Amino acid sequence: MMVVAAGTSRIDPYVIPALDGVAYGLLVFVAASGLVFCFGVANILNLAHGTLYAIGGYTAAALFDGGWASLALALAVGVLAAAAAGALLAGLLTPVATGNHLTQALLTFGVALAGGSLLVAGFGPDDPQVRVPAALEGSVVVAGHRYAAYRLVFIVVAAVIAAALYLVVRRTRAGMLVRAAVDDAEMVACLGVSPARIRAGVLAAAGALAGAAGVLGAPIIGPGTDTADTVLLLSLVVVVLGGLGSMAGTLLAALAIGEIQTLGVALLPSAAPFLLFAAMAAVLAVRARGLASRWRAT
Amino acid sequence: MRNEVIRRARGAVAALVLAGLVMAPWVVDDYTTAILARTLALALVGVSVALLTGVAGMPTLGQTAPYAAGAYACVVIGSRISDVGVVQLAVAAGAGAVLAALTVPLVVHARGVIVLMITLAIGELVVTVLGRWRSVTGGTDGLAGMPAVRPFWGLPALASDQARYMYTLVVVATLVGAVLLLLRTRAGLLLRAGRDDETRLRASGHRVPLHVSGAHIAAGAIAGGAGSLLVVAQQYISPADFGFDTSALLLLGVVIGGTASVGGALVGAALVIAVRDWLFGVLPGHAPLVLGALFVATVYLLPTGVNRARVRLRPSSAAPSHPQEPPARDHAAVPELRA
Repeated sequence: MMVVAAGTSRIDPYVIPALDGVAYGLLVFVAASGLVFCFGVANILNLAHGTLYAIGGYTAAALFDGGWASLALALAVGVLAAAAAGALLAGLLTPVATGNHLTQALLTFGVALAGGSLLVAGFGPDDPQVRVPAALEGSVVVAGHRYAAYRLVFIVVAAVIAAALYLVVRRTRAGMLVRAAVDDAEMVACLGVSPARIRAGVLAAAGALAGAAGVLGAPIIGPGTDTADTVLLLSLVVVVLGGLGSMAGTLLAALAIGEIQTLGVALLPSAAPFLLFAAMAAVLAVRARGLASRWRAT
Repeated sequence: MRNEVIRRARGAVAALVLAGLVMAPWVVDDYTTAILARTLALALVGVSVALLTGVAGMPTLGQTAPYAAGAYACVVIGSRISDVGVVQLAVAAGAGAVLAALTVPLVVHARGVIVLMITLAIGELVVTVLGRWRSVTGGTDGLAGMPAVRPFWGLPALASDQARYMYTLVVVATLVGAVLLLLRTRAGLLLRAGRDDETRLRASGHRVPLHVSGAHIAAGAIAGGAGSLLVVAQQYISPADFGFDTSALLLLGVVIGGTASVGGALVGAALVIAVRDWLFGVLPGHAPLVLGALFVATVYLLPTGVNRARVRLRPSSAAPSHPQEPPARDHAAVPELRA
């Protein structure tokens, strides 16, 4: 009994960072899953993905006043706006769809630059503060620690989104087409599904996911001038780490990133800047070949 | 016959441009001279991007990483150990090469869009580290106050913008010349061959990953050397100099210039950097919007430029689901036959 008690007290200070890591990781998962779709299905490195998240974040900052109705409104508007932006991106990409990845990367980066500039022009250069819903402002007791109620609810909601995503990809016809398109896009085209429509659908869905993450995650990674870059970087690292192209791999990678960003900083503050780098290097060094073979490189 | 004419015309243009660059500091004011020197340093990074993207077939968005490593190494050496330019250049190139060597395992087996993604992540992570490692990099405040550099032992320190510009020009010209010579050797041929048909090159007993690693490290050294030139030209560095927008701009410049051509990369990179700096001057606040629109417009309006520069991304060496090459390869080969 003593050993158990001693062990508990030693891990005690890290309960909160670990929980924060779960919240952060799930947020990154919802944001990154959109990029995974883009990359795996439409074969596009969407450098504007972080901007889609920022759209959601700014929407939350503008519409959300602490009440449930405004949260629902912000969620609806943010998801629709980001999905529309994704569809617009797909339209912009159509003329260069058969071109190479360089062209697509440059085009999406141009859109990201312009979009980020428009967001700042529309919402002002100061990073807005986003409130949490009034009902969730307090804290709850978790394992003897006080923990922000909003984050706990966020963990539940994000887990539900993750589960729904899994079911959609696994069980629905749209999900089947998406998986089939990853494996053999030409075959899916033979089934009479236009690649352009798949691309538009995937980019819009990716936008919707990023927008939802942006609205719900605004109290965690808030809207601001650095948001798009931060989210794009975290999503990229998740895609690289998750490598398998499976939802499970992406989820594991996102949770690992979350823990590295919170628990890692609490445990090894001096090494914190290098932890992400080291994690990515380690995973890639071990499974670079697997990564390259899973994603179609051409 | 016709090729000979084109070759001579190219030589003449190159000589004219070089002459113009040598005369420039006596024609324009000091501020522009300093900007020109910085643009030259960035154009050298563009050359390293072209080496990887066009020649080796590894499109990169992360050459700012060895560039930053070189620049920061140069500042540390310059303010504590030696003010000799050659030493700083060598240390910076070494730092860039070491960083590139460390990241070789990450990119050597990856191809195409995965390289773009991984290099982008590396570049971003390096910038993150630079911003947080305050004890060495000064964090986001950056580093300033380096002692003036002297090009070689016994030479006077570079005190004016003109002198610093001429030093930059000489180093860039030398390094670009070296790259051009190197590409004419067997090493350059093998790199291009690996880009065009990796499977065949492997089948004939060549170790393509080795060539790719070599190119990656060499490109890292060039970018690192360019970092030391940035320190000389700008006399101040901060993580903002190495952001992902710089990588994207360089890639755009290289694509405009024609990815496989070192000279084109120089011109293209210099062009887009100049446009960016000019835009930030005339349109304070709205420059990113216009720049973004320019990116999109370039992709649409320069189909010949982009197509000419079309990189035949390396086919995945490990794609068992496609044992026979997809037909897209043949289409891609057609313009080359015409050229």
